[in-house]
Amino acid sequence: MNEPALGGIAQRAQDRPEPILRPGNTNCGGCGMSIGWQFLSRAVAHEPIQIVIPACCGIVTAGPYPYSAYGAPILASTFASAAAMATGLSQAARLNGEATRVLCWAGDGGTYDIGMATLSAAAERNENILYICYDNEIYGNTGGQRSSATPLGAVTTTTPIGKEVGKKDIVGIMAAHGIAYAASLSLAHPDDAMRKFRHCLDLEGFRFLHILSPCPTGWKSEPADGVQLLRLAVSSGLYPVIEVFDGERTVINVEPSFSYEDLATYFAAQARFKRERYSLEAVAARIQRNWRRLRVQAAASAALAEPLPEPAGAPLAV
Amino acid sequence: MSTQLMTANHAAGLAATLAGRANRRGRGFGSGVYPITPQTECIEFLCKQDIEKGHVVRVESEHSAMAVCIGFSMAGLRAYTASSSNGLAYMTENVFAAGFYRLPIVMMAVNRTMGPPWNIWVDHGDTLMLRDAGWIQLYCEDNQDLMDLSLMCFRVAEDPRILVPAMLGQDAFVLSHTIMQIEVPDQAQVDRFLPPLDLPHRLTDQPRTVGGLDFPHEIEQHREHHAAAMNRVFEVYAEAQDAFEAVFGRRPADPVVPYRLDDAELALVSMGTTASTARAAVDEARRKGIRAGSLRVNLFRPFPERQLAAQLAGIERVAILDRDLSPGMGGILWGESRALAPRDALVQNYMLGLGGGDVRPEHLVAVIDDLAGLERAGAPIIQEVA
Repeated sequence: MNEPALGGIAQRAQDRPEPILRPGNTNCGGCGMSIGWQFLSRAVAHEPIQIVIPACCGIVTAGPYPYSAYGAPILASTFASAAAMATGLSQAARLNGEATRVLCWAGDGGTYDIGMATLSAAAERNENILYICYDNEIYGNTGGQRSSATPLGAVTTTTPIGKEVGKKDIVGIMAAHGIAYAASLSLAHPDDAMRKFRHCLDLEGFRFLHILSPCPTGWKSEPADGVQLLRLAVSSGLYPVIEVFDGERTVINVEPSFSYEDLATYFAAQARFKRERYSLEAVAARIQRNWRRLRVQAAASAALAEPLPEPAGAPLAV
Repeated sequence: MSTQLMTANHAAGLAATLAGRANRRGRGFGSGVYPITPQTECIEFLCKQDIEKGHVVRVESEHSAMAVCIGFSMAGLRAYTASSSNGLAYMTENVFAAGFYRLPIVMMAVNRTMGPPWNIWVDHGDTLMLRDAGWIQLYCEDNQDLMDLSLMCFRVAEDPRILVPAMLGQDAFVLSHTIMQIEVPDQAQVDRFLPPLDLPHRLTDQPRTVGGLDFPHEIEQHREHHAAAMNRVFEVYAEAQDAFEAVFGRRPADPVVPYRLDDAELALVSMGTTASTARAAVDEARRKGIRAGSLRVNLFRPFPERQLAAQLAGIERVAILDRDLSPGMGGILWGESRALAPRDALVQNYMLGLGGGDVRPEHLVAVIDDLAGLERAGAPIIQEVA
């Protein structure tokens, strides 16, 4: 952990004395979440943090009481409550003048599904929380059931013939709350990922990060292929890497090549996608629609810099 | 100290405010609130207060109201919320979580009938549903109780020998919206009674996972510690009563409150405002020459088994009055306490005032008459009063 890495992005002096996710954790080999924690460790450096983790692989990996595989204070919350328990911790830090940064680290089930109301409310209140969703597109530690983040066509234990609807646009949903920062990041694009972690750790108010997190167990893919799968997801346009500031200014961070071959390889490399259960043409059409929308948003963001005309007329007398 | 007129909801909100301010010398006060009839006036009151080093979060559900309190309490703050009925049912998962995290959160619960069909009036079934959540439970009889027992809840829950959350029940509308005269303490007095909270297991900056995995042996140990803390409540409650009396000059209610039981042959056992009505019925029965008495169960968790048995010693006939029904069993208070009457006593369960039916002295006089004439105890009886 303490060697300079990532082409000098992470320097020895900035590193934590130990990583947040320590040896002894029970994550599967090739788990995208494990990579995510390494990025976060480097970004957090020596800042005091508290992390709320709801029911998910991320809390199972801590190991049994009294041990903890985490090198940070962790509150294991009930499934739907991460953002609400973090609200209490964060407001407590504020009342006591403490610099503690309060984070949530939750899976897609705890974010897209059962925790959605809690998450939305904390964002609406603009609580001073960094909420990170590592999205493995599945209920992982219950054995691989579909969530509303499971993509079109994916076979899970509860969608045996493949999921018939697509996943929610979580960054769009969170950005629509008008929060300071909502972004998706790719673990295969470390420069962009580190910049985003560091940027949003320093911001005040509610911030949301979405991390597509390969799950070899659920995706039925090779553990060593995770980063390559992410590259394909990004280059094919399937997973847009973007950021939205204050709910209004959209920036596209990585331009995809929209390679049909990359898309085909992404699907072929994961046994959760059965060739007879999905249509690449349908997926490609969804990607096109999604990117047309993103381009319009990004272009409109440029127009935001232009001043609006002054409101006409005098305020109404009451 | 001053004498004021206020509803039970305001008394509860004011007690929480005073307790919250008292922790300004500690890590402060936090609350997560969500409205439900008939609790709303309590949290509206709280939201209008200026509490130094305090913050009230207006959340989107009862589930999150308790979760926010858990976050505050886990950070070492004094934490408070209030709810009722289906709100408590929605909150239930986190009610258990607060118990098992061993956080001294205090919650006022207005007892209201569970729905559907919808009914906003008193029934104790909502908080009794939570009797196994690992919380202390108390049931108020009047508005003064909302002030005094709220402060007692903070004191006992936060005692380092206890560290268990506390729930204070009160009867919907009968108390919640009824104005009574109560004694209101000064902030300086509350400051003396409630020292700053020092939560030993609060989340700091040290690496530690709170609430993670427990294997069977660790669960056995944690449950054993929890049960032992509950058993210490009787002793700590009595000490807190003494301290309360020293500071405020009056004594909060005992775990069980007897009335004219010394020479009684027949007793009415009840909780909440039914106990007030029972005293009037006892007086009426005594005028007719029936040696009746009453016993109010104030503390329901931990269950005051020893005190109940001692008070019922020598009683020949016992009517256990429930304002709740566990379908397929009977009254919950009856289920818990029927074995505590003397072995040869006749114990009959009456359920009165379900769904907020107005229980009046004449209803309980009729119960006394019925009980006096019984040859043997029968199945639980739902007595209609509405």
